[in-house]
Amino acid sequence: MSILEEAGFDAQQAADNLESARSVQGRTQLQLTWRRLRNDPVSMIALAVIILMVIAAIAAPAVAALTHHAVDTAYPDTGEDASGNPVGPGVAGFLLGTDSTGRDLLVRVLYGARISLFVGVVSTLIAIVLGVSIGLIAGYFGGIIDTILARFTDAVLAFPFILLAIALATVFGPSLTLIMVLITFFSWAGIARIVRGQALSLKEKEYIEAARSLGAGPFRIMFIDILPNLLAPVLVVGTLLIPAAIVFESTLSFLGLGIQAPTPSWGNMLSDASNFYQVAWWYVVFPALFLLITTLAFNLLGDGIRDAMDPRTERLIAARRLRRRGKRKARAVTVQAQQPGK
Amino acid sequence: MAAERGDDVLVRVENVVKYFPVKAGGFIRHTVGHVHAVDDVSLVIEQGKTLGLVGETGSGKSTLARCVAGLIPVTKGKVIFNGTEITKLSRSAMRPLRREVQMIFQDPYSSLNPRRRVGAIIGDPFAIHKIATGAERKRKVQELMERVGLNPEHFNRFPAEFSGGQRQRIGVARALALRPKLIICDEPVSALDVSIQAQILNLLKDLQAEYGLSYLFIAHDLEVVRHVSNKVAVMYLGRVGESAPAEDLYDKPRHPYTVALLSAAPAADPDTAAARQRIILVGDVPSPIDPPAGCRFHPRCPKAQEICARVEPALVRDPGKEPEGESATDVPGGWAHVTACHFPVVPGENLATAGAAVPASITASPAKSPAKSAVNSAAKEELS
Repeated sequence: MSILEEAGFDAQQAADNLESARSVQGRTQLQLTWRRLRNDPVSMIALAVIILMVIAAIAAPAVAALTHHAVDTAYPDTGEDASGNPVGPGVAGFLLGTDSTGRDLLVRVLYGARISLFVGVVSTLIAIVLGVSIGLIAGYFGGIIDTILARFTDAVLAFPFILLAIALATVFGPSLTLIMVLITFFSWAGIARIVRGQALSLKEKEYIEAARSLGAGPFRIMFIDILPNLLAPVLVVGTLLIPAAIVFESTLSFLGLGIQAPTPSWGNMLSDASNFYQVAWWYVVFPALFLLITTLAFNLLGDGIRDAMDPRTERLIAARRLRRRGKRKARAVTVQAQQPGK
Repeated sequence: MAAERGDDVLVRVENVVKYFPVKAGGFIRHTVGHVHAVDDVSLVIEQGKTLGLVGETGSGKSTLARCVAGLIPVTKGKVIFNGTEITKLSRSAMRPLRREVQMIFQDPYSSLNPRRRVGAIIGDPFAIHKIATGAERKRKVQELMERVGLNPEHFNRFPAEFSGGQRQRIGVARALALRPKLIICDEPVSALDVSIQAQILNLLKDLQAEYGLSYLFIAHDLEVVRHVSNKVAVMYLGRVGESAPAEDLYDKPRHPYTVALLSAAPAADPDTAAARQRIILVGDVPSPIDPPAGCRFHPRCPKAQEICARVEPALVRDPGKEPEGESATDVPGGWAHVTACHFPVVPGENLATAGAAVPASITASPAKSPAKSAVNSAAKEELS
């Protein structure tokens, strides 16, 4: 037996040992999902776009410093042409051009991203916490509690969103807090309904009965036994709620019920731009493009997570992996064959 | 004998009744009837012994087990565990008793939470009763895994990574964690391969010998019950029809239903199987919503007479004669062979040919309206 072969054998053994040591630790659903998600190019691109958007939003003040253009300052000398119209992209150091009052569009769009992402993520998180709690309580306890909570959920889902928003904005005056309260109020019900349905079916499982026979209380059962089983639908719906919240925010700001000037938001920029689209196409295009790319990325990622959470996807990936491994092994065999044993 | 005086009795079930309401109507739901899941059942389970409970699907075995475990409230009657009546305890008062009574479930796939690691599942009893934490809990869990024949290194895996038999071992380990006095086994092997069944049954027997456990063992496989049980009670439509020490019941069954049930069990030896005459019962099990009057088995019984439809037979020792005073032994699960039948089967009697003699007036079941059968199917769903 050659030294090479012996060495190769040992390495194989070591690799096997490592593999078995690793396989003792079962993979969690999140680990499995992430492994599948990694193999999906569309989701990975969407994730990269989201991360870039977050970095850009965080770096907005830095961009403002680099371009020497403050977010709310108008630059009538450089940012407007002779007839007082906005200047186009690339003119006089304005990379994306200027808006109607000669402010830097790039800086304003990035500051708008901060608002949109903040509103989208934070209101969705609050909505998830609310929706999961209400759905779990309604589904697990059942009876009169369920009837009250489920009817309340249905009532919320039946509310006309825009009408309520206009009414409340008129009464309380538009503000960031009001937008987030509104978005949260209209988002939790969808999650609660899904969670309630799942909880209703999961509570009949034998492992819930087993937990009860061990003496577990209702809250332990809800949050330790039922909740982990709801991870997939909640994660998917949550990811898809973020773009919906971003669009809500933009819609309200577009209507003048949301973020107020001079604070930039994609919605109020678009609203402003609607008067200038004939002279300054960039004023419409760039905020709209950012809005589109962000919501599209979140939607694609949500779809990707849904597919990755589906165990049936696993087989596809396993097959792909097997093919790749087979190729590698074939290559290794050829290499060994080319080096005859001494 | 101690059991004769009832000293060694761990659990005493006294006239337990469990009815499930049957609801109908879309918007305003109202009760239209009751499923008589368990109807006036008394039992004793002796310390360190196994009571087998057999009967076909829907006979109320599992419902009775859940009443004994305190998982569902009883409609009437008492369950006395080790001298304490548990049927009226609140959830918090019940908590210390939960340590004494544990359950092993039928389906090893749905009785383990698929999203939790095996170590966490087996460690649950320690967490809930705040007995051990951290490294100590892990050590105890691994000891338990080793005791039931699992690789203790696998505590970080998920239930999906185990086979059916291994999963049932996980269920056994969880039930064993708090060193209970009674383990209720609700068809623990009916979902497993025959070869695996024997392994689990032997494990249960070893554990019984080691820890002095008592079992309430539910099954519909008669051979399995014979293998593990000291006493066997046969249930039909929410009632106990016959109860006896295991060998006595298998050798000299007296209730026609028991005889039919035994004749339906497959025999391993082809010669025996060919020589044997199966008793084919006519009709279906009547609805538990509207159980037949008199003896519940009479519409299907090959020996039924006119009295069977009128008078409900009592559970008595040596039927046909007067009972000789009340004692613990006359309760199912005790040492006596008790039968609830007006015309018990005598050894050597051939029931397979008796079927023709049944008068038509007795076998005819009450006319069913279409509405009632819809209620029946709803009730069956509720039971399952």
